[in-house]
Amino acid sequence: MTVPVLSSEKASGSALLTNAVGLHARPSVKLTQLAKSFSSSIAVATEATGPWVDAKSPVKIMRVKAPKGTILHFEAEGPDAVEAVAALVALVERRFDEAEGDDHG
Amino acid sequence: MAELRLAGRPASPGFAEGVLFHLVERSVTRIATNDSSREAADLRRAIADAAQTIGALAEKSEGEAAEMLAFQVAMLEDDALSEGAFIEIEKGSAADQAWRQALDAEIQSYRAADDEYFRARSADLEDIRDTVLDHLSGGGSVLAVPPGSIIVARDLPPSRFLGIDWSKGGAILLSEGSPSSHVAMLARARGVPMIIGLGIVPTPDATPVIVDGASGEAFVEPSETTRHAFLMRQRDDQEKSGRAASVASKPAMTADGTPITMLINIAGLDDLEGLDPSLCDGIGLVRTEFLFGEGPDLPDEDTQYHVYRRMIEWAQGRPVTIRTLDAGGDKPIKGLTIDGESNPFLGVRGVRLSLARPEIFRIQLRALLRAAVHGPLKVMVPMVTVPSELEAVRMMMGNAFHSLKSEGVTVAVPALGMMIEVPAAALAVSHFNADFFSIGSNDLVQYTTAAGRDIGAVASLADVRHPAVLRLIELVASYGVEAQREVSLCGDAGGDPTLIPDLLKAGLRTLSAAPGLIGRAKLAISEFHLGQSGGR
Repeated sequence: MTVPVLSSEKASGSALLTNAVGLHARPSVKLTQLAKSFSSSIAVATEATGPWVDAKSPVKIMRVKAPKGTILHFEAEGPDAVEAVAALVALVERRFDEAEGDDHG
Repeated sequence: MAELRLAGRPASPGFAEGVLFHLVERSVTRIATNDSSREAADLRRAIADAAQTIGALAEKSEGEAAEMLAFQVAMLEDDALSEGAFIEIEKGSAADQAWRQALDAEIQSYRAADDEYFRARSADLEDIRDTVLDHLSGGGSVLAVPPGSIIVARDLPPSRFLGIDWSKGGAILLSEGSPSSHVAMLARARGVPMIIGLGIVPTPDATPVIVDGASGEAFVEPSETTRHAFLMRQRDDQEKSGRAASVASKPAMTADGTPITMLINIAGLDDLEGLDPSLCDGIGLVRTEFLFGEGPDLPDEDTQYHVYRRMIEWAQGRPVTIRTLDAGGDKPIKGLTIDGESNPFLGVRGVRLSLARPEIFRIQLRALLRAAVHGPLKVMVPMVTVPSELEAVRMMMGNAFHSLKSEGVTVAVPALGMMIEVPAAALAVSHFNADFFSIGSNDLVQYTTAAGRDIGAVASLADVRHPAVLRLIELVASYGVEAQREVSLCGDAGGDPTLIPDLLKAGLRTLSAAPGLIGRAKLAISEFHLGQSGGR
């Protein structure tokens, strides 16, 4: 359910967390690593209205403790904002490339 | 090199085979420089060193272990983790103190999480905290224990035990230690073999060793013959475990058909993870002091409430007995228990401490009253010696009940019972107006036999089978029948297959033991003919 909204240098999108463990240790690391590969500033939230946290900080993302079934919202601002949001949404939709039924983390 | 036999005292049964790993003690305390820029630089370096140490370990690891270590590195490399600590250093805190405080706050928020996966991550945060502390104090060689290791140490703090990954097996060999220590209780609960009082273990790391926790023997570089005998015993044991497992989920009953209520002892939510409640008839003892010993701050009302509530929900309608804070004695808590008592076991511990610190006790009572809404909760008061102590608790509970009600909070009144640990309380049991009694056999034995549970040299005197101890148990059990008050036993004896017949003969019908011992306990019960014995 990716809805990238285009503007000059801003983008946003959202995706449903479907992996069993939610935005847990391993997924958080993958998400922040991917976010760090973009130069845009990227924020993530569990509500469309925020509060927003830095998508490049595993500590802050873990503090959100988002369980399975949460909708993750992304906002990016910068030269590669659109690509960043698309890549992050895709990662969440691919269940962080974790095996089905993999409950560890 | 020839085989070396080490013999100590069994503290937790089970077999293990692995390689030795000497645990270096975290004894170096860091001396603060009183220079905030030095402190900040030291912390920055310690964090970087810790990330490097763990990163190196991650490269050598595979699969899940590697991923978890990578997670720790990612957390360490994130400035958000340490920013609170650097602010405190700026204000004049020492580096280690500031770091510990920041991480403990972080850990606390994980412990309070609703989701069990997030709660479980608190152990990783503890690891991160301790690794950096080790680097700060110059003891940077302390590494995470490789899973499956046979750990050698003088003694092992419970926090360290909890930080070790036991999923790949392993065992604990202590040169000192006590079978009644908390780490021994934890080891039994988790099924980790443990031997104590071994003296110095001279062999270096990575030497192969086999451990028989039940016999208290370890063989370093075992011969083929020894290893063969070991494997035979292990198979025997597994066969017995198999039978124990088959009775574990069934109600306990003696060979001649007397039903026995079997409860479990736990120290925290971790002990319930992956545990099926149908294993037991409820929780007979929750040792709440573990909640208190972990952070720099005592747990607040909400934190306690959530933990108690989760235990009650886990039990699915079975009774849950939560013991109020039993600090003091061998369980000191910084900032709470009294330092420097000449004999802490005879000092301000258990309910004596709770009544001396009503402002802290009140918080626990409030949390318990709130949790009682969610199921059959029983509150148990430790170390009661005279009836007025129990009545004082009842009065405080009543006050807490009314103030919560006036705040508009939903509350329920739990059953109020007491432990029988002090011989004076056992002899005068009829003087106490308790809803239930639970015999704390470890303390009852040590106070009756005047043999300290933490002193290996007199351990053989501290025997539940001493006629005086059995007489006291009988007395309490028969009073329970007469006055229709439930009597249980929640000490180590309750999970010891060799002692269970004596306890049943003394009239007990409710026992509480570590979850890992329930199967064996039920097996021992099912093989015992109570006959005309049994004091009732």
